[in-house]
Amino acid sequence: MSTEQEQRTIRCLVAKVGLDGHDRGAHVIARAFRDAGFEVIYSGLHKSPDDIVQAAVQEDVDVLGISILSGAHDTLVPKIMDGLDEYDALEDTLVIVGGIIPDDDREELYEAGVANIFGPGSTMEETIEFVRENAPER
Amino acid sequence: MSEDTLVDELLAGKHRALARVITKIENRAPGYRDLVSQLHEHTGNAEVIGITGSPGAGKSTLVDKMAATYRERGETVGVIAIDPSSPFTGGAVLGDRIRMASNVGDMDVFFRSMSARGSLGGLSTATTDAVKALDAFGKDKIIVETVGAGQNEIEIVKTADTVSVLVPPGSGDDVQMLKAGILEIADIFVVNKADMDGADRTVMELREMVGMRDASPMAGHHGADTLADTDDGAAGQDPDDEGWQPSIVETVAKTGEGVEEFLGTIDEHVAWLSESGELEAQARQRYEAEIKTLLREDTAALLQEELSVRGGLEGYIDRVLRKETDPYAVADELMAPLEDCVAGARDGG
Repeated sequence: MSTEQEQRTIRCLVAKVGLDGHDRGAHVIARAFRDAGFEVIYSGLHKSPDDIVQAAVQEDVDVLGISILSGAHDTLVPKIMDGLDEYDALEDTLVIVGGIIPDDDREELYEAGVANIFGPGSTMEETIEFVRENAPER
Repeated sequence: MSEDTLVDELLAGKHRALARVITKIENRAPGYRDLVSQLHEHTGNAEVIGITGSPGAGKSTLVDKMAATYRERGETVGVIAIDPSSPFTGGAVLGDRIRMASNVGDMDVFFRSMSARGSLGGLSTATTDAVKALDAFGKDKIIVETVGAGQNEIEIVKTADTVSVLVPPGSGDDVQMLKAGILEIADIFVVNKADMDGADRTVMELREMVGMRDASPMAGHHGADTLADTDDGAAGQDPDDEGWQPSIVETVAKTGEGVEEFLGTIDEHVAWLSESGELEAQARQRYEAEIKTLLREDTAALLQEELSVRGGLEGYIDRVLRKETDPYAVADELMAPLEDCVAGARDGG
């Protein structure tokens, strides 16, 4: 194998942010991503937006998946987006949100730079497909 | 972003650039070799510490506490944590970051997870290069953490100045396993979870093993009298002794107990390295290994190219199967033009 030969692997950070202890969804998606051949970094529970930004920047992930079921998405997600922007990481990180996001709140998240929102009923295949197609070229 | 600006930004201390350089190294992206070449002259200031041990030994937790302690001393830290990846899908869950609880939010601890990506030889190259990137960035301490299960991991920890092997208490069988190879690479044994039953016994067993190693005919100038020196564990270095005798320290990573002492022992080892001239010898060995690895990979690539021009190996295999030729003859045949070429260039130039 040559050292010139490129070995591209999609890297994802699966993040739980704020006071939200429901991590079943995050675990399931982490596992599904792994089985899809992605490298998955799991943040652990109860992280602050800054922690998530630090992890996303240092790990240089292609995809940041934020799982939120607490209803605090409208404050936490924009904070993460601002943090990414501060480190010039906003434009080439694909940010997706999973969890319970009311329809009324979605537009605001899209405007903040979230690429897609996967609510209840979304399938794994759908999510993985979306990541494969939209993971940023570097 | 072009390679030159990336290097400039990395040297200027931009986290994003450092992260991206490591990504390029991991992906072996086009141009990554130039990047690493440019970084080389800026390296050599960091102290590299390797941590290995069986799964569940407490490596990540210990690394977390080490990083926090270094930060208290005002030093900056880089961590590379390597986890295995699935040989089937290439996917991986890199879980070491969760244990870095003491350092979340502190950008001066640069933590990076890497997966083995199923590329055996390549991982040690990628690790060496990633360490260079962190070094050039200006990190004072770089910790490389990996599950110590086989040859590959041993290759990786060889990038470190000081190699620490974690041994959980009550692992009589693990100690047996250590004998098989990891014993030789350890500069420091860390008996982690020292508050658990059986810790004393593990310390004793390790001490015995270290003594046996020194008493063996292979150890040369050592005699059986070195056994006596190990009684006080960590501080048991004989000043007249030219070699380094692996120290044994006890820690409880969860509470941070013993971490200061452990770091002190690392400092002692580093001091010994530079006094004895071993540091330079190690660096020489490391560069030698690095150059050899690159040469091996590059010549393999050259051969691969030649092979695909000739339509791959299949045809040759068919002929070998039909007993028309044999594997040695095939290798000779394929190598011949390369050898001619090299000989020609040597005579001509």
